Amino acid sequence: MKRIIKIQRLTGDFAENKDIAKKLRIEKIMPFLLKGDEIIIDFKEVDGVTQSFIHALISDPIREFKEIAFDKLYYKNANKDVKEIISIVYRYMQESLDNNGE
Amino acid sequence: MKIFLSNRGNLRNFKSFTESLDLSNPKKLEISTHDKWVTVHPANLVLTAALAMKVGKENAKIVGKVPDTGRYLDRMGLYKLTRTPSPFVYSKKEEAGRFVPIKVIRSPQDQSRFITDVIPLLHLSEKNATVVKYVIGELVRNVLEHSFAEDGAIVAAQYYKRANRVSVGICDTGIGIWRSMWDNWRPKNDLEALKLALTPGITGTTRREGGTSENAGAGLFFIKSIAKISRSYFVIYSGPAEYTLLKYDKRVSGMPRLYGNPNRDHHNETNTSAKFQGTLVAVDISLDETPEFNDLLTSIGEVYHQAIRERKKERYRRPKFI
Repeated sequence: MKRIIKIQRLTGDFAENKDIAKKLRIEKIMPFLLKGDEIIIDFKEVDGVTQSFIHALISDPIREFKEIAFDKLYYKNANKDVKEIISIVYRYMQESLDNNGE
Repeated sequence: MKIFLSNRGNLRNFKSFTESLDLSNPKKLEISTHDKWVTVHPANLVLTAALAMKVGKENAKIVGKVPDTGRYLDRMGLYKLTRTPSPFVYSKKEEAGRFVPIKVIRSPQDQSRFITDVIPLLHLSEKNATVVKYVIGELVRNVLEHSFAEDGAIVAAQYYKRANRVSVGICDTGIGIWRSMWDNWRPKNDLEALKLALTPGITGTTRREGGTSENAGAGLFFIKSIAKISRSYFVIYSGPAEYTLLKYDKRVSGMPRLYGNPNRDHHNETNTSAKFQGTLVAVDISLDETPEFNDLLTSIGEVYHQAIRERKKERYRRPKFI
């Protein structure tokens, strides 16, 4: 099953509220991944995000679900800044997975 | 407590400002200014405002002769936090300007409203507004999450037209950096705690690489790097410790090189300033020197990643040669 999460609706055009990221992670992303669903995180009309927001949104899913998270998480309509921040979080989370023997 | 606002209130001179603070007698605050000319950076303002809020309006006053340039203190909202009435009268038209007066942010919702409604007062281009939103978003969140400050985050910002620069100051009177790093890192003093907080991948919330589900230890490193790349100053002050990233030489071409280790950056430091119970972070962003935000993120991301790899290598087991 495909799930779509629209970020702008919850955060406005600049996504920095980590409480919203945490809520999305706990209530949507983690349970959907557990079910094996594909998740499309849609950044349409989001101009910017903080690294903290993206970390709070996806670091735990990556740590917990590893390959499943990499396979099932998709990012749509992300502008180049948003793409860059998501890529940064991907890189350091993979580095830390190796590092922690996870 | 006594604070003197001089005619040299900028981040380059911030160390001398912190060294001049008299933070004895924490129940009262006396603010004085240079008698002929007063210049304040948002950093000076938010620190003064934070202490005024801490002692309460009735116990804070502005004393002595305040020059005409002191009307800026009024415009930025400092008089309202003291029992001293403002001597300045000016028309509403004069009030317009590209600044964000002292604001208090107590919750993530306040923070989101601030970013949506207040940052536009600086009238920046979309590209520059994104950088400022990013900086304020990360720094305020740090206060709300880690400082345990009763008064929240105190924020002010100013756009300086001639220099084409935005300056931001954020302050709290919470537990300070040393205390927030203590549980996991045991820093031996406040300065070491500041440097840990500036190191990519180190967060006060865990020793685990990659951080917790909420924190990665990237926020302050990103902000310091934004200042460095835009060839501007960055200051962090907590307890008796203060670290100032100095301006990267404009004559050196190319993008300034970033380092994971804050000791490698050209900086000033001290561990003997007046002991401030809380944390202040301030940054200048020179808009002429700010590259595309995406390029900036790419550079910061690479160094962040490399710093984590280097730390990982340090922990590799070594062969035991005998």
